[in-house]
Amino acid sequence: MFDVLFLQFLNGLDKGSAYALIALGLTLVFGTLGVVNFAHGALFMIGAFCAVAFRQLLTLETVTVDPEKLSPWGAPVEIRAPLVQAWFGDFGAVLVNYSVPISLLLAVPVMLAIGIGMERGLIKYFYKRPHAEQILVTFGLAIVLGEIIKATFGPNPIPQPMPTDLRGAADIGAWLGMQPGVITYPLWRLVYFLFSLGVIAAVFAFLQFTTFGMVVRAGMADRETVGALGINIDRRFTIMFGIAAVVAGMAGVMYTPLLPPNYTIGMDFLVISFVVVVVGGMGSLPGAVAAGFLLGILQSFASMHQLKAFFPGIDQVIIYLVAVIILLVRPRGLLGRRGVMEA
Amino acid sequence: MLTRENVVLHVADVHKNFGGLHALSDIDLQVEEGKTHAIIGPNGAGKSTLLNVIIGRLPPSSGAVVFDGIVLTGKKPHEINQLGVARVFQTPEIFADLSILQNVMTPAFARRDGAFKINMFRAVDNEKEIRQEAEAMLEDVGLIDRREGHAGALSRGDKRRLELAMCLIQKPRLLLLDEPTAGMSRHDTNTTIELLKKIKARGMTKVIIEHDMHVVFSLADRVTVLAQGRIIAAGSPDEVRGNPVVQEAYLGGAHL
Amino acid sequence: MAGFMSRRDLTLFVGFAAIVLLLPILAAPFGAAYPDLLQRFMIFGIFALGFNILFGLTGYLSFGHAAFFGVGSYAAMWSFKLLSLNALPAIIFAVAIAGVFALVIGYVSLRRSGIYFSILTLAFAQMCYSLAYSVLTPITNGETGLRMASSDPRVLDRLFFDAPAGVPVPSLFGMSLSGWNGFYFSAVFLLATFLLAMRITNSPFGMMLKGIKSNQNRMNYTGFNTRPYTLTAFVISGMLAGLAGALLVVTDPLAGAERMQWTASGEVVLMTILGGVGTLVGPVIGAWLIKYFENIFSSFNDNVLSSFFSFLPDGAREVAVTIAGKFVGEGWHLSLGLLFVLIVVFLPGGIMEGARRIGARFGRPRNGSRVGRQRELSPTAAE
Repeated sequence: MFDVLFLQFLNGLDKGSAYALIALGLTLVFGTLGVVNFAHGALFMIGAFCAVAFRQLLTLETVTVDPEKLSPWGAPVEIRAPLVQAWFGDFGAVLVNYSVPISLLLAVPVMLAIGIGMERGLIKYFYKRPHAEQILVTFGLAIVLGEIIKATFGPNPIPQPMPTDLRGAADIGAWLGMQPGVITYPLWRLVYFLFSLGVIAAVFAFLQFTTFGMVVRAGMADRETVGALGINIDRRFTIMFGIAAVVAGMAGVMYTPLLPPNYTIGMDFLVISFVVVVVGGMGSLPGAVAAGFLLGILQSFASMHQLKAFFPGIDQVIIYLVAVIILLVRPRGLLGRRGVMEA
Repeated sequence: MLTRENVVLHVADVHKNFGGLHALSDIDLQVEEGKTHAIIGPNGAGKSTLLNVIIGRLPPSSGAVVFDGIVLTGKKPHEINQLGVARVFQTPEIFADLSILQNVMTPAFARRDGAFKINMFRAVDNEKEIRQEAEAMLEDVGLIDRREGHAGALSRGDKRRLELAMCLIQKPRLLLLDEPTAGMSRHDTNTTIELLKKIKARGMTKVIIEHDMHVVFSLADRVTVLAQGRIIAAGSPDEVRGNPVVQEAYLGGAHL
Repeated sequence: MAGFMSRRDLTLFVGFAAIVLLLPILAAPFGAAYPDLLQRFMIFGIFALGFNILFGLTGYLSFGHAAFFGVGSYAAMWSFKLLSLNALPAIIFAVAIAGVFALVIGYVSLRRSGIYFSILTLAFAQMCYSLAYSVLTPITNGETGLRMASSDPRVLDRLFFDAPAGVPVPSLFGMSLSGWNGFYFSAVFLLATFLLAMRITNSPFGMMLKGIKSNQNRMNYTGFNTRPYTLTAFVISGMLAGLAGALLVVTDPLAGAERMQWTASGEVVLMTILGGVGTLVGPVIGAWLIKYFENIFSSFNDNVLSSFFSFLPDGAREVAVTIAGKFVGEGWHLSLGLLFVLIVVFLPGGIMEGARRIGARFGRPRNGSRVGRQRELSPTAAE
């Protein structure tokens, strides 16, 4: 029994990681700018499509027709080769193989630009407007971004292969001294989990140990006072919005091998991530991360067939049920501060 | 402690702790029917905490608040209001999106229809009685000419008048006023005092939390002085004015 | 009528009724005068009017109203399958079931306000949506959607006569509800809904709801128990969503889970905002415009576009067609999203606000803009 539970625990980690990363960005934006960003899921989606676009670029092919050689049907043979491979040879093949992690390099500047552009171009006009209008404008933006992706890449999910070296499974059971082959865990999921831990650690370290982060944290606690000190808090907050976008984008890039992205992926994850933020406590960064993992793991446990035999469909609704219960018994969430967004 | 006759509000042995901090200790005060009772004290003396305990927003750590024989502790704001307690806030709380007339009609409905009634098949336009009553009240506070205007557009002093009208139309047995002149210009303060004097003439019981001595001494029948969460003096305005303990703790002698 | 309705309300209602009933003629110049589309005008008008009773009056922004719409569709379909092909019991059943759902979901969600309320309603709707797709497949028929079959029990009908051959269609006491009959059937419900919305807006109950939107704290200290007020508004608006869902099944006998998705919830929010939140006719106008443009835009294809841009030279025409093609047909939702953003940014009061501004500019100057604005908001200010 223990190995089954442990396996479910592991299975929940990768989804939990994605929830945690998205919820972290949502909370950053909410905590710094006070804006409830319904377009945050779209940023996750755009990240995923950075990976798709990058791979499509890498696999652009040259088609050469050799008139000398004829196929058995008498037609000239078309020779197809990816451009990068034609230019860089074996190195090109490695590039294509590792397209997903490498596209992080593309995603970071793209997401930063999109995030900052979004904040400067639209969100900043909504700081003083009612929360309902903030929700509505970001919701509209989420539709627009989703539809742009749909118009560009089509409506169907586009699978992204993971690098061949990371395709296998890790025998975690054997590492922990158990019988080999009992608890195996796909390598890429492990990579995703470690990657997200790294990103989360980096964000926390950035906020904790840099002057920039200190000012931002002070601004989250009391915007007016920090503003009165003559510090340009707005510019820093803009950058935090960009960072939140980068975090969501990176989460999206790395998730593509686990779930082929299409234009609805953003909203699918967003709804759950909101629940995560509410469960963790609006405005609490550690709360968002903890609740992200917690709900991912809970969802994994709920999909065990032993449990589903008793509560059919429990895996579909467990997250929402938890959210409802938390909001009713502990309205501020697990680690929430008092009085945030009460009205 | 026994409640004396004629006492409508009795704050009985109330203590309030926030963690280790004693915000209120040994508070016992009795407000007589028809009197204006002022609670004064320096900043941080516990005035607002006391008011919040009276109104049921904060539960006391021990003791009870009894209004007309009914324990208020644990009751919800709307229940307390339905018992006949109305409250004026430090910053006027009005319905900024409604017309001034509607602002005054709404509390009249609360008095007539109770805390909840699905009253959706009669037009507001046809509620003649309530409308006339509201207009009379606006006449009293001098806002009648602007009754169709937007309440949110009023000046702070006028918002205070409106809020008072909203409380008075309910004919409450007890009116709680939390620093009714805070943040007001001299002119607005004076007009508000005039208005409060007018109410006083009607014999309504009032508890005023106040900072401004001018207001307190021109209105109050009795004054209770708080400092550091305790009552340090109580009596008529003249007694309190002359009390050396009060001068020491709060007034510093200079104001009087 | 004197005690029931003021003269101004009566004028508004008669005018609205005239427009609705004459729509088959009035919509002809716009190429919209066919029953199927006009019936959608009615149905989504009801949906938006109902949504506005909650959002417009109390300010509680629900992101899950499509759930009640979907529940209404399924309930009506089951009534057609199990009870009778008569539309009336189906509608009563659908409204009742949607009301029960709204009562439960509203009771829980209304314990919180603001953004928490929006997220709770969104979570509940997503929960309904994913359940409809998975475990509840025996009730919802999953992805395929629920439709009628000639083998359905229909116990009430079979008491009186044998099941007719062929695909069953809903009717009203034997009268067919296809074509214009269906339109007028829905129109009656829209008018009833409009009347209800008008009564609520102008009643003391409606004034309390506006008070809650304006200052909930003051409402509590004024002696109102606000939660039953918001819950009543929530249930009424949920029931109206159920009514709209049921009427849609009468028109188009297929109930599918996609009607409960968040995009559908977002659409009704957009209709209300586009027309004007908190106004009476605004939500209806918003619903009509969106359904009209959806109909036009989604029928556009490249051929239509090229003939539209035929005045351009070849190269430019292709560019124009490609760009415009992104916004029509399949891309209609992109236009919808953009419209959403533009409205919220530039005209949060919606079309009604825009009309008021234009009216204020060209009409005779009123005695103070505040009062002019107030007239629209407050029934008492009318005299």
